[in-house]
Amino acid sequence: MTFQASEQSGDTAFAPVLSLDNITKTFPGVKALDGVELHLYAGEVTALIGENGAGKSTVVKTLTGIYQPDGGQIMLDGKPVHFPTPQDAADAGVTAIHQETVLFDELTVAENVFIGHAPKNRFGLIDTKAMHAKTTEILASIGAPIDAGVKLKDLGIASRHLVAIARALSVEARVVIMDEPTAALSQTEIEELYDLVDTLKAQGKAILFISHKFDEIFRIADRFTVFRDGQFVGAGKMADIKEAELVQMMVGRAVEQLFPKRHAEIGDEVLKVVGYSHPTEFEDINFTLRRGEILGFYGLVGAGRSEFMQSLIGITRPSKGVVRIDGTVQVIRSPADAIQAGIVYVPEDRGKQGAIVDMPIFQNVTLPSLHKTSRNGFIRLAEEFAMAREYTERLDLRAASLNTNVGALSGGNQQKVVIAKWLATQPRVIILDEPTKGIDIGSKAAVHDFMSELAAQGLSVIMVSSEIPEILGMSDRVIVMREGRMVVELQGDDLSPETLVRHAVGIQTKGDAA
Amino acid sequence: MTHLKSREAILFGAILGLLLVVATRFPGFVAPENLIAVFTDTSPLIVLAMGQMAVILTRCIDLSVAANLALTGMVCAMINVAAPDLPVGVILTVALAMGAMLGAINGILVWKLSIPPIVVTLGTMTIFRGIIFLLTEGKWINAHEMSPQFTGFPRADLLGMPVLGWIAVLVSAVMLLAMARTTLGRSIYAVGGNPHAAVYTGIDVGKTQFAAFVISGMLAGLTGYLWVARYSVAYVDIAGGFELDVVAACVIGGVSIAGGAGTVVGTLLGALFLGVVKNALPVVDISPFWQLAISGAAIIIAVAFNAQSGRTKGRVILKSAEHAQ
Repeated sequence: MTFQASEQSGDTAFAPVLSLDNITKTFPGVKALDGVELHLYAGEVTALIGENGAGKSTVVKTLTGIYQPDGGQIMLDGKPVHFPTPQDAADAGVTAIHQETVLFDELTVAENVFIGHAPKNRFGLIDTKAMHAKTTEILASIGAPIDAGVKLKDLGIASRHLVAIARALSVEARVVIMDEPTAALSQTEIEELYDLVDTLKAQGKAILFISHKFDEIFRIADRFTVFRDGQFVGAGKMADIKEAELVQMMVGRAVEQLFPKRHAEIGDEVLKVVGYSHPTEFEDINFTLRRGEILGFYGLVGAGRSEFMQSLIGITRPSKGVVRIDGTVQVIRSPADAIQAGIVYVPEDRGKQGAIVDMPIFQNVTLPSLHKTSRNGFIRLAEEFAMAREYTERLDLRAASLNTNVGALSGGNQQKVVIAKWLATQPRVIILDEPTKGIDIGSKAAVHDFMSELAAQGLSVIMVSSEIPEILGMSDRVIVMREGRMVVELQGDDLSPETLVRHAVGIQTKGDAA
Repeated sequence: MTHLKSREAILFGAILGLLLVVATRFPGFVAPENLIAVFTDTSPLIVLAMGQMAVILTRCIDLSVAANLALTGMVCAMINVAAPDLPVGVILTVALAMGAMLGAINGILVWKLSIPPIVVTLGTMTIFRGIIFLLTEGKWINAHEMSPQFTGFPRADLLGMPVLGWIAVLVSAVMLLAMARTTLGRSIYAVGGNPHAAVYTGIDVGKTQFAAFVISGMLAGLTGYLWVARYSVAYVDIAGGFELDVVAACVIGGVSIAGGAGTVVGTLLGALFLGVVKNALPVVDISPFWQLAISGAAIIIAVAFNAQSGRTKGRVILKSAEHAQ
């Protein structure tokens, strides 16, 4: 493995390494890509921007030989090419680090890096020695301190990501595609990734960078291309465009206020948590929550925020601590107890932990409240339907019938079903874990709007979020957690991006006596 | 749900088609008395399949049903030998209770020790058969040792159909109600459909699986008495391998082996399909080997059908296509 520095960006910047011209891809009944274009240049990072469903992932799959375009042309160095299989794309030097990294837990780092194209010895068997040597070489080139011989399952999430990148570089890569590479990383890890991207740029690779996060696009990209609803909207250099213009290109309309926190009447204390601790996950969590309040929980990935929330609703048992609702001590041993006490939790992974797709809408909505519409274990269908109708209408859920299976709904509507389900339990406190993670800007605004409406109606909201603008825009107060502990509680003028990050990463300064 | 309904229609059509083909060569087969006889003969399979369906819906499997049937049946026969005058009602109660208890053993092991259900029930299957051997030292209990009221109950005629057939009707009806209209039934679908989501909604996944095993065991125990009484014989190996027919009936009836999807009506049709195949083919001189081949093919077709309908249809990305749906 050698990294060629011969392709200097200055000479080749005018002619793209890889181009998509007028690419069309149709699935049964759906046009996923409608005559899009995309150009990638050696030694430059091109950001591909678009809302969820704009066709970004389809482009990645077309570039890497997973999908075949129905029309249009892929050009490599100005010559038309076809990638009938992923192997053909890899042979041509186009390689991708996917959104959900596809790696194998039980295999070693080297085996993961070279799976599918392992070096062979003269008997046709895998040359383990060469494989390890090459892996070590690649890992060193990206500055990753990982042993090629350890099993993947023994690595943390950030190291796994580096392995995925090493895997992408194990072929003679000329074009590197990064699909939301920072989605699962913490702030420090993200900085390391940026350094890595700079290294790859210096090596003359053309990089396609897909991300939802504007700050990182402006930090790292040289050019941008915007898609909307499967169509090409525009492209240009980052230096020539402003954030607001990009947003407008993405959504096709001006988004005035991304975080529309409305005024809500803050009332009496609803929830009080004292000394909540767990043997291994978190320690000594104390806070109060008032009626109509939105309390933000900020921290790096792995700070123990979700773990604490899951303990609060009875999925895991705390070692000590007291929960009071309206001043009354509540013993919460199971999610059923939490629902009874009026605390509900909307998990981060809504696909996996939210809706039951094989069930009709009405059954999903009533699932946690079924005891209210049944007598002696028998369900009263009329009452059940009335409950489902009330809450789906409240969320303005549009579906042909409440008998439709949730699996047949769009992602946004599935999310509405999940939220309707929790509102039907008539909770006092609703915990939203990363409520807008991975959703597009338009839907984000709708979620934020809805959150303030809940608060305005007198519900108390706990919002776990890793996005600073969201935390700052939506929260009345913010608790920062680090390594399983509450570091600080901030509100009003104390809230700023700098203070949040400083507390989350643990940088102490003189001004932090509080 | 709509595609499930349509597949039930297809299965129903297949059963009718099969009957039609047989009728062209042997019209007597579709005479009402004979159809009732076929239904009655299929009744044990129907009852067991109803319990198995509940278990499979929760992402488990119960391979011990036939062994449970044999053990409970043997205990019922032994009680009858010891106390010939005991009323059938008591025997039925013993059968249900003992079956439920054996099912509860499976359920506890799955719930509290988190052992994979296939391992648990493979183990209890062998253990139950072993216990029969320990109880009897391999001896049979034959017709002449059983009291007439004991053996007569499942065969007694009620409105033109034996009691055994009515029990299958009753169990199907109760299960239909339980699955559609009780909180337990709803929990069973939720646990199989998405266990993670079920936990967050306050459903105890292990407890629900336990309940499904108890239902399955209870129905196996009931079938145990009925089986022993109907054939008037009890020995170690009765209903050997029958658990696979029961699983097959569920799968053919559209119960997803991955859990969460399947209906009582589908399961009933799946069992009836196997019952018709088993009873009809010998009548038209088709060798039993073909019978096995047809059952096997039906299972594969049913699973292929499931896989096909489970395949995702691709995402709707264009706004215009969303309205076209």
